[in-house]
Amino acid sequence: MGKTTAEKIFDAHLVDEPFPGTKVLRLDAVLCHEITTPIAIDDLIRRGKDRVFDATKIKAVIDHVTPSKDTKTATQAKILREWARRHAIKDFFDVGANGVCHALFPERGFIRPGYTVIMGDSHTCTHGAFGAFAAGIGTTDLEVGILKGVCAFRQPKTIKFNVNGTLPKGVYAKDVILHIIGRIGVNGATDRVMEFHGSTIADMSMESRMTLCNMAIEAGGTSGICQPDMTTVEYLWPFIEGEFASKEAALADYSQWLADADAEYDQTIEIDVASLQPTVTFGYKPDQVKTISEIEGAPLDQVYIGSCTNGRLEDLRIAAQILKGRHLAPNVRGILSPATPKIQQQAIKEGLIDIFMEAGFCVTNPTCGACLGMSNGVLADGEVCASTTNRNFMGRMGKGGMVHLMSPATAAASAIEGKIADPRKYL
Amino acid sequence: MKTFGGPVLFLDRSDINTDEIIPAKYLTEITKEDLKPYILEDLKLPGFDAKGPKTTNAKVIVSRANFGCGSSREHAPWVFEVNGITSVIAESFARIFRQNMFNCGMAAIELPKADLDIIFSHADDADAHMNIDIEGGTLTMNGGGKQKDFTFEISPFDKALVTAGGWVDYADQKY
Repeated sequence: MGKTTAEKIFDAHLVDEPFPGTKVLRLDAVLCHEITTPIAIDDLIRRGKDRVFDATKIKAVIDHVTPSKDTKTATQAKILREWARRHAIKDFFDVGANGVCHALFPERGFIRPGYTVIMGDSHTCTHGAFGAFAAGIGTTDLEVGILKGVCAFRQPKTIKFNVNGTLPKGVYAKDVILHIIGRIGVNGATDRVMEFHGSTIADMSMESRMTLCNMAIEAGGTSGICQPDMTTVEYLWPFIEGEFASKEAALADYSQWLADADAEYDQTIEIDVASLQPTVTFGYKPDQVKTISEIEGAPLDQVYIGSCTNGRLEDLRIAAQILKGRHLAPNVRGILSPATPKIQQQAIKEGLIDIFMEAGFCVTNPTCGACLGMSNGVLADGEVCASTTNRNFMGRMGKGGMVHLMSPATAAASAIEGKIADPRKYL
Repeated sequence: MKTFGGPVLFLDRSDINTDEIIPAKYLTEITKEDLKPYILEDLKLPGFDAKGPKTTNAKVIVSRANFGCGSSREHAPWVFEVNGITSVIAESFARIFRQNMFNCGMAAIELPKADLDIIFSHADDADAHMNIDIEGGTLTMNGGGKQKDFTFEISPFDKALVTAGGWVDYADQKY
């Protein structure tokens, strides 16, 4: 019997199986941010175990609230900063160099096919876009990861998604994943890996694959996983050209992580994207989705473009294409938060930031901020936001506020009309 | 090993998420104790009062499917812990929340819907009370003059974590 990608990664990283079904894995990357790491650091100090297993495999960033907004957030940043210094963690990203973790770390080439990756952040599943097993975990698992470089998992089952067809106009990776979550539900993939195959995924950029895998957790999935291919190699090439004689050699090496044709799956789900429409959430759970034609015209107060889901250059280009020469409706305010400084800088060079600003958007520095109601765009009670983020829980972006999740294109069209709008008429 | 069980708080809804358990704006607190006043602050359920005696007296939470979905924040088990709640009984859990509970030496116990329906029939009993035996895999629901036993399974690894008092010492000794 063949193996899935996750099974291959598990087998290659197995340290121990203390009980049947529990696998302790060696970690290739332990990612840290200032919200969930400081308490782990504090606990390690109190236990007399202020050590790190391998400073080169630990990456840290201040991203959730940055620059710090008050004493508490400044303290969290300080704890992380001093810890990184103390342990000579070279890949630490402070104010000026920092961005949203799940955009920044891939951009730096830290994630490779076949890697095991953990972070105290549920959207760590994003990194599965590279053919890695990447899982969000809590602070205690993070603490053990920092100290010992291992993490325990139940052997996950895998759901195979065969996603085929050409994406119709106005339909993007975000619409595909919202459609999938709507279909399988918010716990449709609990304790499962979501392995994405098919021509649609093969045609997607790494940015789109990250958008897709980013929301695996919203269906309960442990990790999203895409199959590494030449697109993966091209993205990573600046970081790996010293390791391989050619791109073909890199691809041949990464192909060891491809799922076998006779791998056993918990379930196989076929998705034909040809019939998909722009898709938007309407309630307080990410599986409550409607097609644009069912929800068009719903009222809005704010439009937010950014986050680890859709704050990458590709997303900014799509939104700018729609916003060019147009302006926000007077009843809404628009906020753009490019996900990393590199994205922001490139967006300036390409004139995208001009387009957003001329359209009336406020452009913030890279930060998670408003997505989880921390800063830079928190909603008031009763307000509604069209957002390219990943979670529409009640109060997520501010107590009493409501969020409609959608693609950057739909968000841009909605900004122009001041209500949820179909992006296809602007493309 | 610490004791599990006590007065029960009933939360009769599926998909109760970590933002409802502890909103993100409180994640800037540096100690677990500081989280205490904010337990379940954003949860809206008929008859539920986050500040009421049923919440403050509870040692056990009973809920439905996919409890603890959403964020990875261990602040969710912590806010329960500092409020004296050491067990959650539900039809199913989100993976990260479930592991966080055991990693903290607390219990996340799954029961079939039929068992939960019987347990929820005690929701209006003022004396609703549960005894939980982690080692033996049994729990007893008491209330309104009635009593019923249930059996459950938790994985040997999770049981070992509860026994060891958490994952950090276990892992540091072994790996």
